[in-house]
Amino acid sequence: MIRLSEDPFDPGALLTAFAQGRSETGAVATFTGLARAEQGATAVLELEAYPGFTESAIGRIADQARERFGLHALLILHRVGTIGPGEPIVFVATAASHRRAAFEACDFLMDYLKSRAPFWKKEHGPDGARWIEPTAQDHADRERWS
Amino acid sequence: MARVLLFGPLRDLAGWRERQVAATSLAELRVFLAAEDADLGAALGGKGVQVAVDQAVVRGDMALSAASEVAFLPPMSGG
Repeated sequence: MIRLSEDPFDPGALLTAFAQGRSETGAVATFTGLARAEQGATAVLELEAYPGFTESAIGRIADQARERFGLHALLILHRVGTIGPGEPIVFVATAASHRRAAFEACDFLMDYLKSRAPFWKKEHGPDGARWIEPTAQDHADRERWS
Repeated sequence: MARVLLFGPLRDLAGWRERQVAATSLAELRVFLAAEDADLGAALGGKGVQVAVDQAVVRGDMALSAASEVAFLPPMSGG
């Protein structure tokens, strides 16, 4: 399942719900990304998506992950709108028979989300605002899977 | 009339996020927007800017209908 949310979310509650009622799943891996303060340089993040388009694009990579790692289920929840330092910005959960597939699928999905997902991100700080593009490291991380 | 959407830095540059424009093709739409705002016109043709019509990325020109939704997508930031 793929969801965008304007509202804060509770990663613990998402994990509890995701892990419930599974008798054949041996492994659930999760990743929670938090918005960084960057030593006061970032007061808030503003994250914009293209509703519908963004979920479809993430959905295509989720389908790849399901097939490549044999996932039983996955959940991606991404914040949009205004996000303060320390708040969860993204949550990814993957369920598989064994741990390696669950870990790797989570890693794969995050590398895609950080480098390719249709979001536009603006950092607001004491020196003004600036739009962010993926770093060379973000691109290199995604290349590991090709 | 096409419904035009701008995202990220394009929205800041133009000073609007969404508007209706009378255009029967993408090429005509670009000419119209560039005539009104030359900086925006140049930015819409800039490196890495993708165009989606009805949520599907397209290349080159394309006919537009009254119900078309045209989105200009600058390089994406990732999540």
